[in-house]
Amino acid sequence: MQTEVVTTNSEDAAPGNGLDRENYINAKHGIWSWLLTTDHKRIAILYLITITLMFFLGGAFAAGVRLELMTPKGDLVDSDAYNKLFTMHGIVMVFFFLIPSIPAVLGNFLIPIMIGAKDLAFPKINLLSWYIYMAGAAFFMVATLFGGVETGWTFYTPYSTAFSHTNVILAAVGIFISGFSSILTGLNFIVTIHKMRAPGLTWFRMPLFVWAHYATSLIQILGTPVVAVTILMVAVERLLKLGLFDPALGGDPILFQHLFWFYSHPAVYIMILPGMGVMSELITAFTRKRVFGYEFIAISSLAIAVVGFLVWGHHMFVSGQSTYAGMVFSALSFLVAIPSAVKVFNWSATLYKGSVSWESPMMYAIGFIGLFTIGGLTGLFLAAMGLDIHMHDTYFVVAHFHYIMVGGAIFAYLGGIHFWWPKITGRMYPEYWARVAAVLVFAGFNLTFFPQFVVGYLGMPRRYHAYPDEFQVLNVMSTAGASLLGIAYLIPMLYLTWSLFAGKKAPANPWGAKGLEWTIQSPPTTFNFEHQPVVTEEAYAYAEGHDTTHDPAAPPAQAHA
Amino acid sequence: MSSTHHPAFVHHFENLGEQKEAATFGMWVFIAQEILFFGGLFGAYAVYRNLHPDAFYYGSHHLNIPLGAFNTAVLICSSLTMALGVHAAALGKRTQIVGWLLATVFLGSVFLGIKVVEYKEKFDHHLVPGTSFDASQLHMESIEDPALLAKSQKAAQIYYSLYFAMTGLHALHMIIGIPIILWIAARAWLGQFGPEYHSPVEITGLYWHFVDIVWIFLFPLLYLIPKPH
Amino acid sequence: MTETAAVPAENHDSHEDHAHAHPHVVPVRTYILVFLALMFGTAITVGASYVDFGHSYLNNIVALAIAFSKAALVVLFFMHVKYSSKLTQLAVGSGFAFLVILFFFVFADYLTRGWLGTPGS
Repeated sequence: MQTEVVTTNSEDAAPGNGLDRENYINAKHGIWSWLLTTDHKRIAILYLITITLMFFLGGAFAAGVRLELMTPKGDLVDSDAYNKLFTMHGIVMVFFFLIPSIPAVLGNFLIPIMIGAKDLAFPKINLLSWYIYMAGAAFFMVATLFGGVETGWTFYTPYSTAFSHTNVILAAVGIFISGFSSILTGLNFIVTIHKMRAPGLTWFRMPLFVWAHYATSLIQILGTPVVAVTILMVAVERLLKLGLFDPALGGDPILFQHLFWFYSHPAVYIMILPGMGVMSELITAFTRKRVFGYEFIAISSLAIAVVGFLVWGHHMFVSGQSTYAGMVFSALSFLVAIPSAVKVFNWSATLYKGSVSWESPMMYAIGFIGLFTIGGLTGLFLAAMGLDIHMHDTYFVVAHFHYIMVGGAIFAYLGGIHFWWPKITGRMYPEYWARVAAVLVFAGFNLTFFPQFVVGYLGMPRRYHAYPDEFQVLNVMSTAGASLLGIAYLIPMLYLTWSLFAGKKAPANPWGAKGLEWTIQSPPTTFNFEHQPVVTEEAYAYAEGHDTTHDPAAPPAQAHA
Repeated sequence: MSSTHHPAFVHHFENLGEQKEAATFGMWVFIAQEILFFGGLFGAYAVYRNLHPDAFYYGSHHLNIPLGAFNTAVLICSSLTMALGVHAAALGKRTQIVGWLLATVFLGSVFLGIKVVEYKEKFDHHLVPGTSFDASQLHMESIEDPALLAKSQKAAQIYYSLYFAMTGLHALHMIIGIPIILWIAARAWLGQFGPEYHSPVEITGLYWHFVDIVWIFLFPLLYLIPKPH
Repeated sequence: MTETAAVPAENHDSHEDHAHAHPHVVPVRTYILVFLALMFGTAITVGASYVDFGHSYLNNIVALAIAFSKAALVVLFFMHVKYSSKLTQLAVGSGFAFLVILFFFVFADYLTRGWLGTPGS
């Protein structure tokens, strides 16, 4: 994408590095300038810090789970403590890391810039949503300090309402509150994308990252309220002794599952769709080609968002749901494969005859294609009702959704963080270490989760702290992989932090990529653009066949005519 | 360019028109969210009424239909006063805006007051779910099948759980709405709204009308349940 | 430095909506008529609940039909959707459409219990 006017320096139009000039980081000083900011970029940084802390908290719970599973006997923790570990791991990772991760950090930072706006439509609501997130997280932290919760992240009734003696109410309230953070972020994105696009930026000129976030926001707005009210019903049932799901009164626990999965299945797409948006940006930037089938990728995001609402019953094949409904849900679940496959095929087709280069963000992107494909195809196994009755609640399911959540969403998140790090901070990170980390994350991830497909297929159920001896080898492999993965996650923490102080100063466009965000200085000024940009061409208008140099050491020649 | 010099204009928009559109559209997106938020409870209601029609019929018979109908009328009146308040804002009539908004607050408070009376009745008659729930208040004796009778006496607690959850959540929305309307009325008194800019009045009105619509459904669904055949 | 680039206005939906920047001022008479219709609707809702239509589901249909009509009046006139942009109508419609999805599939389960056997039982 190309703009007529971005800087006053009309000669090479490269505003370059802005660390020594005024930028959004040095525009104001002091802790309150951050805590009361309404700048979408600063709010993105607030989210980045808090979700990183939550990520390592969730990782610590996962470490507990994996350590316990090294041996067949329950020798490290007892079953109650183990139940808490996997529950807290799930809650933290789903509600406090994955759902806000890409939208609240990269989406917040980039969407206004990508569409040529000064900020999101409602900057104060944007800040409010961070405080709501923090309030939700605080409730959850209090629940943790009082001994945690052990219902599974799914809070199934009647266990959560009638039997559990742990801090269900506190945790439920925390999730309820954080849900509104997600809703308000989605609302802000929808209104911004509709109302604030730069002149000339038509819907089909928007970067695919923006399309993906538009689809994500639809789910956040239309799905989240249902889980919010459902989780509120659980809390109220415990607190006020109302009988909303109580089987003793004739209540139906399966109703809870319906209401829960009406949101929580589409929530999977809240986690993966923004990752797909990142993917489209990475693939096209590092193949130096216009993405193949732009319109199909754009529309497939919307298709995933809508069809994702029609399939939730595939989580309930063994719940007592009617067989007929199960068959309908099973058939519809297969439909999700179509828009997902459209994306995978189009990314692959983009690689074909592209000038592919292997910078670290691209390594994550290539990893994503493979791992997401494995995760997606094993999803088809589980969508098939007959097979799911065999696989349900085994490690096969655990492996499947980790291939989507980690192999998909986290790979995209890490790829995106690396790709836009120079724009966000104005600094380059050491590429060598980034590649080392990317390889280790890939290796550690597969070593952790591939054995779980096997052990799950062999029949090992999830959510138990002890297991038969014959599963030990595969579990030890998985724990070894998790250790490697844990270390691999720490490496980017170290070099990215280091780069803030000692990294090379980044040019405006270190990758020679297209897109409005690369036409402004790194890091951007508070209002992003000095003049209102005007968009006159399609997204990803790379001059095909002309490989522009993109050595991070040297600012590339500007590609536009 | 005069619209960019209005005191309410926030500079990250292109002009005041864009700002107003964004505010209204944002409120509509929020209302779409609210539809689903109440939708979860309405879904639970539909499922349970389908499973326990007798319990719902006998449970509803202990609600006070005249009070419910009166409250419906009160809320419709408050919707009218709110609509007239927005109308006055569009015409820039300062004192009228304040008057209609205060009338809306008054009617909303009447509604909540009557709701308190109704809730107290339920407490007095032990119709609040929990250990002190007394199904004998509901006069289900005319159910002949003893199994159905036993089932319905238990499920009546589900009906009352939903009654309190749904009307409670609705009342909570009004309790949130009233101070917002008062704040908007104060801003109107200070002369902040006129034909050129009155988005806050308009979007507060949208919220209030939505709350009214929820009650339009709650009233027949909770109070006027026909005897199942 | 050319800021004179032609802008394809038809592709930018906020331009299309500028027609609505000055909201249609609805005459007070309309509000009063809608108000009277709503009050009338409330009265017949109560009245109809005492009428035996033969089957309880007919009572339900009548009650819901009146409720939906009342809601439609509020949405169209009090909330100005009749005079609003397509985008606004889309937002209202999508909220309602997804509620329909929730109801449809939940009842696809409850109303078909027992049509086919439950696996394993």
